[in-house]
Amino acid sequence: MRPILVRGGRILDPSRGIDQTADLLLQDGKVEALGQSLGRPDDAEVLDAAGRIVAPGLIDLHVHLREPGQEDIETVATGAMAAAAGGFSAVCAMPNTDPVTDNQAAVGFIVSQAQRAGKARVYPIGAISLGQKGQQLAEFGELVGAGAVAVSDDGKPVVSSHLMRTALEYARTFGIPVADHCEDPTLAAGGAMHEGLVSTRLGLKGVPAAAEEIMVARDILLAELTGGHVHLCHMSTRGSVELIRRAKEKGLRVTAEACPHHFTLTHEACEGYNTNAKMNPPLREPEDREAIRQGLRDGTIDVVCTDHAPHHYDAKEREFDDAPNGIIGLETALGLAITELVGGGLLDLPTLVLRMSTMPARIFGLPGGSLAKGAAADVVLIDPTAEWTVSPDGFFSKSRNTPFAGRRLRGRADATIVRGQVVFRRSE
Amino acid sequence: MSTLALGKDLVGLEPLSADQIRLILDTAEPFKEVSERPIKKVPALRGKTIVNLFFEASTRTRISFEFAEKRLSADTVNVATAGSSVSKGETLVDTARNLEAMRIDMVVIRHGASGAAQFLGQRIRSNVINAGDGKHEHPTQGLLDILTLRDRFKRIEGLKIAICGDILHSRVARSNIWGLTKLGAQVGVCGPATLLPRNVQELGVTILPRIEDAIQWADALNVLRLQLERMEAGFLPSLREYNRVFGVTSERLAKAPKDLLILHPGPMNRGVEIDSDVADGPHSVILPQVTNGVAVRMAVLYLLAGGSPDWAHQPGD
Repeated sequence: MRPILVRGGRILDPSRGIDQTADLLLQDGKVEALGQSLGRPDDAEVLDAAGRIVAPGLIDLHVHLREPGQEDIETVATGAMAAAAGGFSAVCAMPNTDPVTDNQAAVGFIVSQAQRAGKARVYPIGAISLGQKGQQLAEFGELVGAGAVAVSDDGKPVVSSHLMRTALEYARTFGIPVADHCEDPTLAAGGAMHEGLVSTRLGLKGVPAAAEEIMVARDILLAELTGGHVHLCHMSTRGSVELIRRAKEKGLRVTAEACPHHFTLTHEACEGYNTNAKMNPPLREPEDREAIRQGLRDGTIDVVCTDHAPHHYDAKEREFDDAPNGIIGLETALGLAITELVGGGLLDLPTLVLRMSTMPARIFGLPGGSLAKGAAADVVLIDPTAEWTVSPDGFFSKSRNTPFAGRRLRGRADATIVRGQVVFRRSE
Repeated sequence: MSTLALGKDLVGLEPLSADQIRLILDTAEPFKEVSERPIKKVPALRGKTIVNLFFEASTRTRISFEFAEKRLSADTVNVATAGSSVSKGETLVDTARNLEAMRIDMVVIRHGASGAAQFLGQRIRSNVINAGDGKHEHPTQGLLDILTLRDRFKRIEGLKIAICGDILHSRVARSNIWGLTKLGAQVGVCGPATLLPRNVQELGVTILPRIEDAIQWADALNVLRLQLERMEAGFLPSLREYNRVFGVTSERLAKAPKDLLILHPGPMNRGVEIDSDVADGPHSVILPQVTNGVAVRMAVLYLLAGGSPDWAHQPGD
């Protein structure tokens, strides 16, 4: 493996508070050195990073890669390539595959598919319950042994408070978080979008914000009861942000994530029955969007994740009620974050790297998130000023379901390095 | 092309201007007379092919559209879900494309999903008329209700109309709210809080919490059909209690400060949302609504097919 010398970039390493122009040397899959005018080893590949941000590779704690089961809409390989093109050196794959990733063989399959692809790292998340049926705990020990980094029944809420309690207690043995999709199914049943003025006008059944907040409150209470680590997935409401803020003030082991669509769009995006604006949790009101932004600013929300959810073109080309939830996000997340959060004056670039790399690594206990000597050589080069237009036809993902097609964004990944190898380099 | 033209489709009253709504109502006036003739036919849509695509059961609306089409001399085909490819799992977009491949001119669609008419209209070249989509709109019902009100009051502006019942699930309520408010009426909605949609007052309506409030306030009541399955879904404890608390009864109407006009889009649950003596009483316009339905649908079909609005004006107007 040739060493890589990344020359002359603005190095951002939130893990050590570093923000300086310097060279970065990667060797044998590790960070070898960071400093001014580093000498070039004879065989080193040189990346000119002048005018670029050089940061630890982005880490997405929440993606759906559809393999096994729906390889026609995404695979581990295409998802890992889309991730690399979006600046992500690692993604965590949710277990709602077919069959469900609820046993060590299923976890091992994803690990081996990711190795074969050799793009972004893919960490499996195991199921909380067998078959995600919400009844019997999955074998967390074996899941972790095979490579799972967390457990979740994402796509479905953990309805039983008893099951959530035992999951939080049992997960402590293995030091992994329990990631919950917070949704009271009796309040959300049949809902197609956020409950509010737009759902009233469109005549669509709404999901009230309380459907999420009830479960957030419950999970926080159970985290307090058990001392376990609960990670709250894709937060979308102002009430959730307030609940998390209070839990953190109490010092509970609660972490939370939010998606670019929830800090960018509101329920008005559903106008005209736009199925690419249909997702769960749904796009909410302007006050909710603002609360998510403020949560990311002050750290109440720890990380930005994508909830990358590919769907076939035909599946979204339907009546709104019948269309599936979710949008792809790996190739737009960084641009949206820079445009909306940095451009909007909410975060500076170092804090953005904290939310998209250092904190995700810390929360799930993953390599990366740092450029300290000896850290994994997972690095992203970002052009923070590049102006570009979202064009789904050019995506590496197999799917095209995004509400951001045609949107002008600022900032994107130029190159992504994983384990000391360049896995993506923008050709233009 | 007149700026009043309706465009390609009629998916709802929300996108229409007050002038466009008035145009449809005015165009309906001369068509009323056609249905009173011994030979109830004009050649306005001769040679046009219209498909009535009904994904939900309907008797009244489907028959009303079919009469409207036939009295305009159009060729019509009825497609109902039972026995069609729809029941074999074909998607809406495929059904539409196949129909269009047979070179049709218009589609009248009734569908259980909100937005289905707009979805179809955006994907085929034919004109699309919404005959009811989910909980969204039922524009021709709204228009015939408004035409019936205008017949009786000779105006819409300044009227107080209370829509009573299950507003949450009602496409009729939404079309009435848009149409009436655009024409300057005041609209109240009255029903149990479980059946009022979120933020409904932001549509410009007044919430009337009790049926007694509506009766005191309104010039006319539009009493919606209570779908019996709402009880099973937990929105209501019982039909009996609904009648006791929200039923439009002659005892309640007797306390009104003036005679109220009574509308109902049908089909009625007698003894639930409305008592028989009210439905059959002197102030009920439930059957004139049905008569006006044919005229309004003739007007919509005629205008969307490119008919000149001038036709609506009688000589000497």
